Amino acid sequence: MTCCGAQSGTDVALAGHQSTSEKLAEDELRSTSRDLDGSLKLTSFVVPGMHCVACISSIERSLSALPQVEKARANLSTRRVSITWNPDKGPGLDFIRTLDGLGFESTLFTAGADVGMAVAADGRELLLSLAVAGFAMANIMLLSVSVWSGAEAETARLFHLLSGLIAVPAVAFAGRPFFRSALRALLARRLNMDVPISLAVLLALGMGIFESLNGGQEAYFDACVMLLFFLLIGRYLDNLMRERARSSVQSLARLTSNGGALIRQDGSLDFIARSDIEIGMKLRVLPGERFPVDGRIVDGTSDVDRSLVTGESECQLAKPGAVLEAGVLNLTGPVDIQATSDADGSFLAEIIRMMEAAENGRGHYVRLAERMARIYAPAVHLLALITFVGWMIISSGDWRSSLYAGIAVLIITCPCALGLAVPVVHVIGANRLFRAGILMRDGSGFERLSEIDTVVFDKTGTLTLGTPRLMNRPDIDPAEAPLLAAMAARSSHPAAKALAKEYAGHPSPALKDLKEVPGYGMESMFEGKRIRLGRPHWVAELTSEQPDESEIATLAFAAEDGVKTDFVLSDSLRGGAAEAIAGLLNKRLAVEVMSGDRKNSVEAVADELSVQRFQHDMTPKEKIRAVNELRLNGAKTLMVGDGLNDAPALAAAHVSMAPASASEVGRLASDFVFTRDTLLSVPFAHAIACRTSRLIRQNFGLAIAYNCLAVPLAMAGYVTPLIAAIAMSASSIVVVANSMRLNWYAAGRLESNSVEASRVHKDATILQRAGRRGDLQAVSP
Amino acid sequence: MSHLLFLIPIALGLGALGLAAFFWSLKNGQYDDLDGAAQRVLDDEQGPDASNGNS
Repeated sequence: MTCCGAQSGTDVALAGHQSTSEKLAEDELRSTSRDLDGSLKLTSFVVPGMHCVACISSIERSLSALPQVEKARANLSTRRVSITWNPDKGPGLDFIRTLDGLGFESTLFTAGADVGMAVAADGRELLLSLAVAGFAMANIMLLSVSVWSGAEAETARLFHLLSGLIAVPAVAFAGRPFFRSALRALLARRLNMDVPISLAVLLALGMGIFESLNGGQEAYFDACVMLLFFLLIGRYLDNLMRERARSSVQSLARLTSNGGALIRQDGSLDFIARSDIEIGMKLRVLPGERFPVDGRIVDGTSDVDRSLVTGESECQLAKPGAVLEAGVLNLTGPVDIQATSDADGSFLAEIIRMMEAAENGRGHYVRLAERMARIYAPAVHLLALITFVGWMIISSGDWRSSLYAGIAVLIITCPCALGLAVPVVHVIGANRLFRAGILMRDGSGFERLSEIDTVVFDKTGTLTLGTPRLMNRPDIDPAEAPLLAAMAARSSHPAAKALAKEYAGHPSPALKDLKEVPGYGMESMFEGKRIRLGRPHWVAELTSEQPDESEIATLAFAAEDGVKTDFVLSDSLRGGAAEAIAGLLNKRLAVEVMSGDRKNSVEAVADELSVQRFQHDMTPKEKIRAVNELRLNGAKTLMVGDGLNDAPALAAAHVSMAPASASEVGRLASDFVFTRDTLLSVPFAHAIACRTSRLIRQNFGLAIAYNCLAVPLAMAGYVTPLIAAIAMSASSIVVVANSMRLNWYAAGRLESNSVEASRVHKDATILQRAGRRGDLQAVSP
Repeated sequence: MSHLLFLIPIALGLGALGLAAFFWSLKNGQYDDLDGAAQRVLDDEQGPDASNGNS
């Protein structure tokens, strides 16, 4: 424990920087709002706690009652509230205060709005196409059924013409997603699944028009719109899942600020966007905020929390001269920094660059469906061609019936069932995960997660909760509780927060001259006596006790001439960590811990979880290297981590998971985000992933079996439009029904029990750890 | 045969009407918040003007 620095401390006038931070927050809010017509602005907030009609109506009513609000609208699906307001009539911070007053946490919504719009627009187009294809399919099918049930030649011809009239515009409209994608693939000289689809649809349509104009008996209009209809269902589900995964990840609280507080010549503060910060600018970082760029402290002393940045669990004292990375959380006192980098050169930007480089390496992963398409598309074309040529030879040049057989092959092999095989399973699997509080960011995540053989965990914030807890509450005199609660509540230091949480709800006594001494703790006057809550050495000065060098306490409290009370705080394991790791080991997966923290704390955690392999003091680069090494040795790695320092490794690993408390960058780098505290989410997601990939394989099997039956028939020329319609819908229904089985898969046990189990385990861990305090990993203030 | 002349247009017209209704509801933002819509119906105090606004 360090005991240097200005002993007098920086007086923290708590009310003082409240107003400056408010002004900055207001500036930030305004700068992220969208300008509407006139003088109105549109601001969106993410409100994760919104659940029912009572929430919606109380939010909308309270916000609408504010004078500056024109319209407030809550969206329950996305958990967002959008507010149209007039900035001239009042501050936007009132919104946050109002929501706070109603008991809702809220964060400003900004991230990636443009990308979201594009995906949503895609979804809308697919839905429109689906509606048109459905309409056309139903009507053509009605007409076709009457033809098949033996309409007279004249009526049949009329019905064919009518079908054609419906089918041509419908295909032109609903087929666009496929035609576009096929054209792109052809231009790039590749074949994808959309090429045979487009070819089949267009050929069938052309043949149908030709036949019905020339009084032919059979037309494939119904088949070609039905094909589009089924395939569009698959596409739409795929899009829906992506859209939902993306929006739910966005709705998680934002951790990094968009900018910082610039100190002007005259000493006033102004909000400045991160991208506008230049090297040498002087910025102020208030307690509770993160460093916007890398910077050297020029004035002020504070404790800083680097756990998200380096993985170190202990807070550090930062004094003038210290250089800190972007993303470091300032805890106790305001500090003035001089920017040593701009936004592009900061630690954060470097991490993002490393992440992108690592992601490029993973970009080689090809989805199972695409791998299938690579074999399937040429095979289908070849089969159709062979059929056509074969029939030309057999029928000695009857091009019409030869072409007919060729088209029949294309249509019957068209991957309706294949197109549904993957998305349906993925949507059901993602729903299962969603109910268990796990969000999937990428559809291929399931495929990759099911292939893993190694699991790498980060320690701080992943295996552990990253926040300390009080371990020796029974030893503490309950009479001190109100004082403790009152003092601890005023500090944003994690140790103080832990105490405040433990003693929440006590009436707070009147404290005079409450101030925070950065690096030491809280000091105040109570009933004429000086009281302190903070580092044991510093507190011991009041009691004239000899500080015990070997003591394990990390926080102490005492009144002048009183007796010192020690608190033991420790970072506790995330709930379910032991079961989760046991479960993974049971599945014969190798488990490793890679941490940026010091050796003894990593070792303690690894021991407790009986993980043999662990590495400590790792920089982000070393983490990437370790993950890449694993890959070169042929391992497929699941990386579970939360910090900025883990982000590149998350991107480099075969598949990755992050808790919802992770840094924003970490969350963006990972394929899965789990929102519940329990680590059992990891084996649960793995179980579901294995199950989905099995079902997908089964579905492919079913689709291939269907083709093996149907293709010979088509090649022999026995397939009529009626048979094609029945075969196509039957195979699609079989595949969808098979996928539904995922809903009944027994892993559901985990969903309801996991919360309970983790709670029980948490208590057990605390008891067990409190019992052997001696080797606790300490968290010092 | 002659009854087909008006039955078919009626059948197609009804289908097209349904399609048009779907297009309208989609454009009108009625699919933007399905969970919210399911809950809002339970709110007794909400006026009619608030229930069809689009966000």
